[in-house]
Amino acid sequence: MRRLRRNRVALAFLGLFLLIVAFCLAAPLWASDVAHTGPNKTHTLTKLEVGGESREVVNREGQPIGPQWLDAGGRFFLGADGRLGRDEMVRLMYGGRTSLAIGFAAAALTTLLGTLLGLLAGYYGGWRDTLTSRAMDVVWAFPVTLLAIALGLALAVGGLQIGPLHLSGSSLWITILIIGGVYVPYMARPIRGEVLSLREEGFVEAAEALGAGPARVMFGELLPNLSSTIVVFFALNVANAILLESLLSFLGVGVQPPNSSWGTMLSSGLDLLSSAPMLTYLPGAMVLLTVLSVNVFGDGLRDALDPRSRVLLEAHSGLSAAESREGIAP
Amino acid sequence: MAGFVIRRLVGMVAVLFAVSVLTFLIFNVIPNSNPAQRMAGKAATPRLVASIEEEWGFDEPLPQQYLTMMKKIFSGELISYFGQENVDQRIAEGIPATFSLCAGAAAIWLFFGLLFGYLSALRAGGPLDRGLTIVAVVGLSMPVPFIAAIFLNYFTYKTEIFPSGEYVELTANPVEWASHLIVPWVTLAILYVGFYSRVLRSNMLDAMNEDYVRTARAKGLSERRVIRRHVLRNSLVPIVTLFGLDVGVLLGGAIVVEGLFNINGIGQYAYESLKNVDLPPIMAITLFGAFFIVLFNALVDIAYAYLDPRVKLGESAR
Repeated sequence: MRRLRRNRVALAFLGLFLLIVAFCLAAPLWASDVAHTGPNKTHTLTKLEVGGESREVVNREGQPIGPQWLDAGGRFFLGADGRLGRDEMVRLMYGGRTSLAIGFAAAALTTLLGTLLGLLAGYYGGWRDTLTSRAMDVVWAFPVTLLAIALGLALAVGGLQIGPLHLSGSSLWITILIIGGVYVPYMARPIRGEVLSLREEGFVEAAEALGAGPARVMFGELLPNLSSTIVVFFALNVANAILLESLLSFLGVGVQPPNSSWGTMLSSGLDLLSSAPMLTYLPGAMVLLTVLSVNVFGDGLRDALDPRSRVLLEAHSGLSAAESREGIAP
Repeated sequence: MAGFVIRRLVGMVAVLFAVSVLTFLIFNVIPNSNPAQRMAGKAATPRLVASIEEEWGFDEPLPQQYLTMMKKIFSGELISYFGQENVDQRIAEGIPATFSLCAGAAAIWLFFGLLFGYLSALRAGGPLDRGLTIVAVVGLSMPVPFIAAIFLNYFTYKTEIFPSGEYVELTANPVEWASHLIVPWVTLAILYVGFYSRVLRSNMLDAMNEDYVRTARAKGLSERRVIRRHVLRNSLVPIVTLFGLDVGVLLGGAIVVEGLFNINGIGQYAYESLKNVDLPPIMAITLFGAFFIVLFNALVDIAYAYLDPRVKLGESAR
């Protein structure tokens, strides 16, 4: 950890990330005490009194008001979001909560499933390995975006029924499951590769000689040795998940109304791109800054934990570092 | 060698089969997906729905429906549920646009990705390296709709330097073809430029510590020769793998970029069909995309068997 503490760039970006999180967490406070409105509240007919002058939130041509900064006491700080006259600042904060929540939940899901599948396949080998590897080959052969869009559309229409649990089409969990799911092979494969080489090590043999069962070896011996890879992977999974969320929501198959996220704001802002580009740029910049800060911090984390690891490459391609170094495609 | 190639081909077909079954299932188990109901419209009588079901074969058991659909895809007779056009023909019409988009983007990302990675590795730790690292990480973190919006606003609406997307046939007017595509190319390439330059940089830095590089230096080779012949060449090997994988996956990226820049290619067709829950084109396009992914994976494997004598065929290829 000392190496991480000395990496000032990584720490600065961690700070930026925490600022963004704080910004999003402050959404209800800002909404109730400063902006006096909600993220979905429309203000088509509202007029602002600014220094004795009256300004329409949405004018007769349907153009939204621009940033007011603190002129109106913090109301419409960044202006309104379009024809409906919703407060852009409030929406940006609430949208960020959705984007971050999805990013973290989906990354947690990918990390959990990827680690578990990688461990099982790598440790047991045999038919379990063949089965998981083949299943992952199939998911891999899908264009990721196409698969995610297809699932997003399919589930947004009818929701999802898992046993007694029903998720409605607009539930955030659907987006989380899709994003978390499609990246699983990209993590399970490299983890499997690492397990394959770890299980040849002396400490595994020693544990087995002492009578440790498979569960004990996997979770007591192998998992701790994978921890630095998993931590760095998690950071990259968060970054990837937030990016994919923005893309899916942008295409209308991710977050569904009444929820909104930076991705849905990007898409609705695009209609007014030439007259009010800020409505597209702001959510876009928020996604960029968030993903950037997670990526840079993840890089620093990797350098501190395991300088030779290639998690960036693994998370992108699903190849294990050894495979790509040797140049053997799976 | 022949045995290896054959085994790889059998594997390809098996994966493609599984992909097609999975796609078929996704769109058949979702609720409210009965295509007859939607084709008949809102105020349809049950009899109309039933007659459409019979005409299109929706009343048959699922495996039978699947077989019929696959047969039609390969014989070029597949008709979409909505618009009722020939699917294979629409895909064929979209190929030039999508291919131009993907090939141009791939050329841009290879050129700049490798150039940036090479320069960064040579000047590791210096200001140039830092600058290029910033460019690369920003590229990696860029949401595609955001960069597309910036390009559209500045280059198309404000300054009108580049026309807004759309596709002009290469044979009709090569200059127009390129000027219409340059912004979409850059948009699609940005992520990969960042990624490839990072990978090449770290590969080269690793290679510089290898014994064979020390040997080459000890032999008295010039620094330039050591870098070009030994470091760079070995560092490019994994890039070949990556490139094979990424080119296959490009169709997914094309969906977004084609939609944003109004390029009438396969990606846009895919998105339209997905929105209409129009199964025949979705099946055909997914298979088309998956085919490329699987094909490039296999090509990379086979190319390696030639490039790298250490690859033992059969064992390492599982």
